[in-house]
Amino acid sequence: MSIRAQRRVLPGFGLTMGITVLYLSLIVLIPLATLPARTMTMSWAAFRETITDPRVVASYRLSLGASLVAAAVNAVFGALVAWVLARYSFPGRRLVDALIDLPFALPTAVAGIVLTTLYAPTGWLGAPLADRGINVAFTPLGVTVALIFTGLPFVVRTLQPVIEDLDPELEEAATSLGGSRADVLLRIVFPNLFPAWLTGFALAFARAIGEYGSVVFISGNMPMRTEISPLLIVTKLEQYDYAGATAIAVVMLIISFVLLLAINGLQSWARRRVAP
Amino acid sequence: MSTPLRTGRVSEPRAVRWLITAIALGFVGLFLVVPLVAVFAQAFAKGFEAYRIAIVEPDTLAALKLTLLAASVAVPLNVVFGVAAGWAIGKFQFRGRHLLLTLIDLPFAVSPVISGLVFVLLFGRRGWLGPWLIDHGFQIVFAVPGIILATIFVSFPFVAREVIPIMEAVGTEEEEAARVLGAGGFQLFYRVTLPNIKWGLLYGIILANARAMGEFGAVSVVSGHIRGVTNTLPLHVEILYNEYNAQAAFAVASLLGCLAIVTLILKTIVETRVDRSGRRPAHETIEGMPWESKSAV
Repeated sequence: MSIRAQRRVLPGFGLTMGITVLYLSLIVLIPLATLPARTMTMSWAAFRETITDPRVVASYRLSLGASLVAAAVNAVFGALVAWVLARYSFPGRRLVDALIDLPFALPTAVAGIVLTTLYAPTGWLGAPLADRGINVAFTPLGVTVALIFTGLPFVVRTLQPVIEDLDPELEEAATSLGGSRADVLLRIVFPNLFPAWLTGFALAFARAIGEYGSVVFISGNMPMRTEISPLLIVTKLEQYDYAGATAIAVVMLIISFVLLLAINGLQSWARRRVAP
Repeated sequence: MSTPLRTGRVSEPRAVRWLITAIALGFVGLFLVVPLVAVFAQAFAKGFEAYRIAIVEPDTLAALKLTLLAASVAVPLNVVFGVAAGWAIGKFQFRGRHLLLTLIDLPFAVSPVISGLVFVLLFGRRGWLGPWLIDHGFQIVFAVPGIILATIFVSFPFVAREVIPIMEAVGTEEEEAARVLGAGGFQLFYRVTLPNIKWGLLYGIILANARAMGEFGAVSVVSGHIRGVTNTLPLHVEILYNEYNAQAAFAVASLLGCLAIVTLILKTIVETRVDRSGRRPAHETIEGMPWESKSAV
């Protein structure tokens, strides 16, 4: 990264750039670099053995599967919430709007214990469900419920500004040309929202894969059944198996970066579509 | 958010509107309102006295102190970094600018557990620097410095990603004028730049503080869970809950619930200020994405 600057009137570039790069390196880059560095010291055989261990594979399957289902649920209901907040007026709308960010603001451990208590077989929501033979807490379904909670704001907050910015004249024009409301929604509104909708889905999905605090309580952490990948990292660390923990972390990191690339691609696609 | 509603002529039939609103509010109620209410209901399940005892218990107070300490170190450091990064990246053009923006977002891109793991790999007993440091009497991981480091890491991008786009949007003309009129560096920042960025800065601080005080995963990995020593409030909630002391766990959790409510209120107030100052449209940040959405990846 070469830092070449034109003649500047403003002072302080050197100083602030120095602080930025130094602090970024010390707090973020050097610590994160230990991850690939540690992996290099492992033999390929040992690395492969760790990440293909059935228990580890089961955890990837659960983490990815539950995250996918949770993101899909959020994609459907989050879109409705975003639409309602952007388009309809009803009493308490501003309150609901502020409340959407609760999963960002509420510490994950608190979310974890309260969801577990609610969905336990004796809980407010768990008891009526248990009567109908549906167990939520300590099952993969419980993991999914926790991930729906954490992912909820992503779809709403990605879609809401896009819906607010939709030009109403588009819809008016389509309607005056004889389109039914369903036609207009399907052929005009939905295509305009699609990139943002997909981005929100991907963001919720990506966040869910790494989520730890809100899941560990409700999951029950049974090996092969309800054990998520981040928990396995913690378990390996507690056994001083740094290499094993690192190997699982590296795989998770690769999944995250693939998703990050996909999301960046989606965002530039969305921008190109929105741009006139 | 604060844009006026378009109650245009073109909308769905009334019955459909009602149905969609009911479904949306039902979803929000089930997944957001019920859990929030339940935190406080469980906290006071055994009456006010039990609640008070759980809060004034020495381990709880020690955890509260450590949480406040970690946040009071992490947030100011991240503010200094965020303003410096805002100045360098927002006011100047240079090669590698885009890469730098991406790198600043990295802490959002990794699982909280991995954020803790990297510090154990660095400073743990079998880490890179750990053995040397421990021999010389510096315990980082499983001690307070590790908790502070992990807290700085997870709350790292919030201020920077609020301040950078605002600095960029404001441009450099006002500062250049002040410079020509003879303002010194400090005067320039204090009198010209700060008034322009103050609401965005405050917004970033609110978000960074909420994350710093509430972080669980990263702190849990580096903490070692030593009661009264390396326990933050979220970790104390976990310990109490795992000891089947649910009422006390929820009492402590209700403190964090209050933090969340205060955060949401302040955020809503400041948000309208940021919008009104007209420097950027609502929700827009570096990548044109809504608040914290990058934290996702």
